[in-house]
Amino acid sequence: MKPAPFAYTRARTLKEAVTLLAKHKDDARLLAGGQSLIATLNMRLSAPELLIDINGIKGLDGIAKRGKFLEIGALARHTQVERSDIVAKHAPLIALAMPHIGHPAIRNRGTFGGSIAFADPAAELPACLLALGGEIVIAGPKGKRKVKADAFFKGLLETALRSQEMVTAVRIPVAGKNTRVGFAELARRHGDYAIVGLAASARADGKGLADVRLAYFGVGAMPVRAKKAETALAGGNIDAAVAALDLEPHDDVQATAKVKKHLAGVLLRRVAQQLMEARP
Amino acid sequence: MSDRALDISLTVNGEPVRERVDARKTLVDFLREDLSLTGSHVGCEHGVCGACTVRVNGDIVRGCLMLAVQCDGAEVETIEGLSDSGEVADLQAAFEQRNALQCGYCTPGMLATAQDLLKRGGVPSRDEIREHISGNYCRCTGYHAIVDAVEAVAQARAKGR
Repeated sequence: MKPAPFAYTRARTLKEAVTLLAKHKDDARLLAGGQSLIATLNMRLSAPELLIDINGIKGLDGIAKRGKFLEIGALARHTQVERSDIVAKHAPLIALAMPHIGHPAIRNRGTFGGSIAFADPAAELPACLLALGGEIVIAGPKGKRKVKADAFFKGLLETALRSQEMVTAVRIPVAGKNTRVGFAELARRHGDYAIVGLAASARADGKGLADVRLAYFGVGAMPVRAKKAETALAGGNIDAAVAALDLEPHDDVQATAKVKKHLAGVLLRRVAQQLMEARP
Repeated sequence: MSDRALDISLTVNGEPVRERVDARKTLVDFLREDLSLTGSHVGCEHGVCGACTVRVNGDIVRGCLMLAVQCDGAEVETIEGLSDSGEVADLQAAFEQRNALQCGYCTPGMLATAQDLLKRGGVPSRDEIREHISGNYCRCTGYHAIVDAVEAVAQARAKGR
């Protein structure tokens, strides 16, 4: 199908983008990479009056270490993040997840901030941010604010973003020498949205694990942490962690809830193994 | 200013183009309908099938997930350009020799995607080839012949043939 008619404008600065959003409110959508938005426009699942193209805003695509955080600009393309040595060094979980996002032609356009702001429940990056305890930097009419990933994802495609705000960057605590990460995903075709996926981080504590964070995607309306399993895994018992999985997936076009629950356990065993292995 | 139609100027297959386009027109529809470059195909129109794959500023993109107005100032290359320049001549020959196409609907996107991998140099593994073309559906071949063709060209190019 073809999109319903809309007007199009380019925002040259962050201020201009936020001002336009404030003026047009819910009639407008921000256009970043467009890899989800244009698909929904083509299918007429969305019919905004105005698209505000933010691709020309300078300074929103940087990747840099700032103190204890790795900061990734909202307009950084997936390909750019995938190839970044800084990301591989300071946020290895993100580096593990990148090849699973769409396909090369999609990753050339799609943006990090767009994936976070859209918050597809089966997408990789929202779950990674949740697993890493990252935070989202948001700009709005009243200036900037930061929201922790745990408080950012609120429901199906629903986030803490208000209608006049936009994501400008994400901040991820940099990995230390005891940081352990794990990632696994099952999809019908490589690059498709996950049937079930798991992003995880932990801290090696002697022979065990501490601060375990297990963030599942594709099993609910938003990325979810399996907190009971986190506690069990910190105790070192993988079987107990699998038994403690309290996910409540729904049937969808890809798999039944029962299958998803089973696969969640399979992934947990794989990821637990990754967490327990020493980092190279 | 914002409008439902905008003037854009860009380069398509090396030639300068100036057109007025509807804001809602996707790049692939612009190429096919306004420029009569019908080598880029429209399949799913939501980024899944890869039949509309073209190059924008040197990188492959989905022609259905980019608006024509976003290509103002860009360099766009389609299968017509890749074909005329001879850049993918060896790939085209290998696809033909190995029956890596039947209906041909996916072929332009498949060639652009394969060339994107091969222009990096070296000989990718079969797994790497499969991974790179994972976003391009072919409903005829079962992919084996396509992987064979891409691998054969990679090996031939590495030997300097």
